[in-house]
Amino acid sequence: MSTTLERNAPISPPPPEQNEHPQRKWYEYFGFSTDHKVIGIQYLVTAFFFYFIGGALAEVMRTELSTPDPDFVQPEFYNQLLTMHGTIMLFLWIIPAGAAFANYLIPLMIGAEDMAFPRLNGVAFWMIPPGGILLMSSFFNGAPQAGWTSYPPLSLVSGKSGEEIWILSILILGTSSMLGAFNFVTTILLMRMPDMDIHSMPLFCWSMLATSGLIIIGTPVLGAALILLSFDLIAGTAFFNPAGGGDPIVYQHMFWFYSHPAVYIMILPFFGAISEILPVHARKPIFGYRAIAYSSLAISFLGLIVWAHHMFSSGTPGWLRMFFMATTMIIAVPTGIKVFSWCATIWGGKLSLNSAFIFAVGFLSSFLIGGLSGVMLASVPFDIHVHDTYFIVAHFHYVLFGGSVFGLFAAVYHWFPKMTGRMVNETLGQIHFVMTFIGFNITFLPMHQLGLQGMNRRIALYDPQFQFLNMVCTVGSYILALSTFPFIINIIWSLYKGEKAGRNPWRALTLEWQTASPPIIENFEEEPVLWAGPYDYGIDTESIDGDEDVEDMLAAVTSESQ
Amino acid sequence: MQGSTVDNKSQIAIASEQEAEQGHGHHEHPDFRMVGLYIFLISDSMTFIGFFAALLIYRAIMPVWPPEGMPEFELLIPIINTAILVASSFVMHEGQKSLKQNDVGGLQKYFGITAAMGAVFLAGQVYEYSHAEFGLTTNLLASCFYVLTGFHGLHVLTGVLLILCVLWRSREEGHYSASSHFGVEAAEIYWHFVDVIWLVLFVLVYLINN
Repeated sequence: MSTTLERNAPISPPPPEQNEHPQRKWYEYFGFSTDHKVIGIQYLVTAFFFYFIGGALAEVMRTELSTPDPDFVQPEFYNQLLTMHGTIMLFLWIIPAGAAFANYLIPLMIGAEDMAFPRLNGVAFWMIPPGGILLMSSFFNGAPQAGWTSYPPLSLVSGKSGEEIWILSILILGTSSMLGAFNFVTTILLMRMPDMDIHSMPLFCWSMLATSGLIIIGTPVLGAALILLSFDLIAGTAFFNPAGGGDPIVYQHMFWFYSHPAVYIMILPFFGAISEILPVHARKPIFGYRAIAYSSLAISFLGLIVWAHHMFSSGTPGWLRMFFMATTMIIAVPTGIKVFSWCATIWGGKLSLNSAFIFAVGFLSSFLIGGLSGVMLASVPFDIHVHDTYFIVAHFHYVLFGGSVFGLFAAVYHWFPKMTGRMVNETLGQIHFVMTFIGFNITFLPMHQLGLQGMNRRIALYDPQFQFLNMVCTVGSYILALSTFPFIINIIWSLYKGEKAGRNPWRALTLEWQTASPPIIENFEEEPVLWAGPYDYGIDTESIDGDEDVEDMLAAVTSESQ
Repeated sequence: MQGSTVDNKSQIAIASEQEAEQGHGHHEHPDFRMVGLYIFLISDSMTFIGFFAALLIYRAIMPVWPPEGMPEFELLIPIINTAILVASSFVMHEGQKSLKQNDVGGLQKYFGITAAMGAVFLAGQVYEYSHAEFGLTTNLLASCFYVLTGFHGLHVLTGVLLILCVLWRSREEGHYSASSHFGVEAAEIYWHFVDVIWLVLFVLVYLINN
């Protein structure tokens, strides 16, 4: 195949004549800004800050779990650690990190100058640091101990102040996430450049559309649940308190109505990122554009009607279990469509095995394991067997770490040249990948076995027979901790010393690569031109014109392949 | 042609035409605030749906409902309040219609009346709270009653404040006109939303639990 488009990619459109590159000053990144690119970087750096804190908490937990006795930290403190680890990783790391890329990329990808509501966007970001600091402050006065799910009645009796601080910070972070979603939906639907219709926008925008829909519908219900929980905690009502005639199951329904869709809020943005990264580095069109786009929407919709599979052991009646088991298993279909489409995309491609691409492939393999154990857990009898064991921990870390975090690192390596104007160091990037992939699997693969053997999660004290595998997990977690150092060194070194990236180092076709790196204020020097579809790699445009019939072309291809 | 999503030739033609027309430079995008408001209202209604769902689940699963010893709701004040709130929506719409004929005085008159009706509604609710025979923690239904009407009351209060903002801004000559009046329309849509929520709440809290 000829690659006319690819040859054109780096030079089109030509840089403007008077080459001013208006950029933001460094201090603007520390204050209130309405520029979507500044806000995107603010989100990303803040998210990484909390990632390192959440990771440190996990290392303390793993250190404690290397021996069966609670000898390293007190059991109460262990409970605080697991609650804070979960909350930070979900609400202050993965969700803001997805919003970071959405903020940075959506306007660039659709050829807009900024978001629909720039000031609202700034407000959404600036709710995160106060929310995060508030949450961290609970350590000084007894952090919450009831897990990130905060099930009553446990959450009503395990320390009032920590729990209430937790509720308030989640309300703040949830509001921030909703304000972001309002912006994403409006921007994606209404601010595309005039000649980009909804089926020629990049798949990342589709996935953010699906994500934002879930945030808009799900998050308010979590808010309602937490407001009622607050009343129970502070005002002495008994909505969820069986001692006063309430019912904790109602909390579980309301909580999971948000928190199951929330796992799609955490993974869908990275599905989108992977759909961008794979075609570029495999030099092939995405396989099944519409299938991937619509499957995101299908996942969103189905995600709203599966929540009670978290409650199979909470006295859910049999017929309801059957319903939720079926809907949960159906989610594997759109997800499978995506995974097969990605595999087909890289099949026979001209692969560049750079950091972004290998992280994307790491995402595919790890997420596949997490997805398949998810189907196992959807089945009621199996779920009841492994309920509240380390099998669950293994499953959601394969999805959230193996999926979201690998996807996130792939996205960082892919868009770092666009965000900073400099290339990352490939050697360090690949060391980072190898250490992460090995450390990740050593940490979480044995947890499947621990769970099947019946080791409970959320405990500091366990039966000595589990010690060996726990030791393995702990060693793996140390490798994982070490793996962040090549990453940090790489990012800081590349920021100052990295090779200049130019406008389009990957010869990619989406619009964000048609402007300077980093893009100027308001993004494009001149109106961007949509001269190719987002994934038209390796397509010979010269021979596709009105005169040649598609049938003839197909016949030619068929005869060649025979 | 696998994966190609754009018809190249026509796109390039369109793009170059547009470039010729617009040239380059900063240009304002259309006003999307109304879209933003509608999306916000979807979210806001989901909060209420969360509360309503909780109430309905309690109603369905509790062996005794309404809880023992719970007196029936007095309906006189809520009915008057319902009438006031529904009527206020029509009054408010008159204000917007006046503005569309460039009659700012009419806008101020009708929005003023609407704000007053909202205040009367809130006063009625305070009276209801102070004369109720049950407290926040008496039982589940009482708790639901206070949380739901209270949360709705907060929305009414917000609506009144929005109307007062519109009135404050309308003092300035030409701030609102027949062609430019997002604030007026947004306040009105929000008010209608609060109104509709009240009707649902009236049925789900007062009527079916009596």
